[in-house]
Amino acid sequence: MSQFSLENAVVNEVCPSGESWMGKVKRGQIFRILDLEGNQAVDTLFYNADNASERYSASDTIRRQQQLYLEKGSALYSNLGHVMLRIIDDTCGRHDTLGGACAAESNCVRYSIDKRHMHSCRDNFMHAIAHHPYSLELGLSKRDITSNINFFMNVPVSANGDLHFADGISGAGKYVDLQAEMDIVVLISNCPQLNNPCNAYNPTPIRLLVWDAV
Amino acid sequence: MSLSTPTFLWEELVPAGHHWSGLIRRGTVLRLTDIDGGANLSTLFFNPEDKLERYNMADTLKAQHTAFLTTGHVCYSDMGRIFCSIIRDDAGWNDTFCGLSDSAQVQAQYGEANFGQVRNQMYRNGQDSLLIELGKYGLGLRDLVPNINFFSKVSCDDNGKLSHHPTHSSAGSVMDLRFEMNTLVMLSTAPHPLNQAIEYSPKSVLLSAYRADAVADDDVCRTQCAQNARGFILTERYYAV
Repeated sequence: MSQFSLENAVVNEVCPSGESWMGKVKRGQIFRILDLEGNQAVDTLFYNADNASERYSASDTIRRQQQLYLEKGSALYSNLGHVMLRIIDDTCGRHDTLGGACAAESNCVRYSIDKRHMHSCRDNFMHAIAHHPYSLELGLSKRDITSNINFFMNVPVSANGDLHFADGISGAGKYVDLQAEMDIVVLISNCPQLNNPCNAYNPTPIRLLVWDAV
Repeated sequence: MSLSTPTFLWEELVPAGHHWSGLIRRGTVLRLTDIDGGANLSTLFFNPEDKLERYNMADTLKAQHTAFLTTGHVCYSDMGRIFCSIIRDDAGWNDTFCGLSDSAQVQAQYGEANFGQVRNQMYRNGQDSLLIELGKYGLGLRDLVPNINFFSKVSCDDNGKLSHHPTHSSAGSVMDLRFEMNTLVMLSTAPHPLNQAIEYSPKSVLLSAYRADAVADDDVCRTQCAQNARGFILTERYYAV
């Protein structure tokens, strides 16, 4: 039996479609995001559990590895230049660093002003930071919502600089495993976007798992 | 077509490796000139009425389906509004995702040159430079989000591998930013973080402010895409009286 079974996970939770989730991953632990039904974008931010002003930084992660996409072997860097987590396994193959989170306001720009009232990732982030005990411990606010990772989302950039939201390359049962190199608080929005193919127009649940280091 | 009869307002040099901040009002064109070629101008925008509203890399890129910025593109806030429009860009590419150099990188790459040794020729880095300017408005590390690097080109191949183009911007290259909102502008002329030069060799940028023409119906940024047309509507609503 795999060391990574549901039975020996120390965290094993399902985040329903379109909702937020927060969790803690201690240094050395392995954090898995499991795409239960396929093609589900998972908007994710990471914070140093002891100091929320240290957080995942898209530009540090991109620049320090001179690489736009995340894959097995990628390190996720903080805004202070420290490795927060490493991707130690990945059955999807590519994850996005540029697309950020959907928001009521950006939906107005991207689609139509009457889309303002559709549910969005930023609304999930705002709800979580207002209520979740881990957020209240850290004192998170809108200032701390920076450019996030979109796990399982495919946003190819061409050599001439065009950027597209392509059909997902994920599928049911695909997952990404990250090993923490510091104590981490995770903030997730399980993306509710219905206006583009990032969730195959059908947002679905995800499973979040944590295992102790072996 | 950027400016028919520009009314000059003021001019100020940001010396090589230094930093600057200021309030640029709606209806102003801020002209950036790369005097010697090879400049890098790291930039962030904030709304002075609500400093939680700030430049948003992701919203800027996905609204315009681009990974870089040039003429016709606009710089979005996280609130669906346009800080400024790029109405002229001679060099043709501005980096959006590489961020800033920091003190550890500058020291490792170029060595140490502090104030005691070289006075104002001291080596500055992009992150500390912007933190200094942010601090003047009560902002700090938590407000430091992915920035624009004007005059710098970083492209990628099909696998996402980055390439920095060190000779991208030539001497005299001009960018005109037309401000659609009152905007706190934070600037650093420290070297681009992917600049591979062995010598610390930042470049100066001249700032020149002009009064902008009214935004025409056929404006190059407004007509770039339907998204930008909505961005202009949302920005105009913010200032409607």
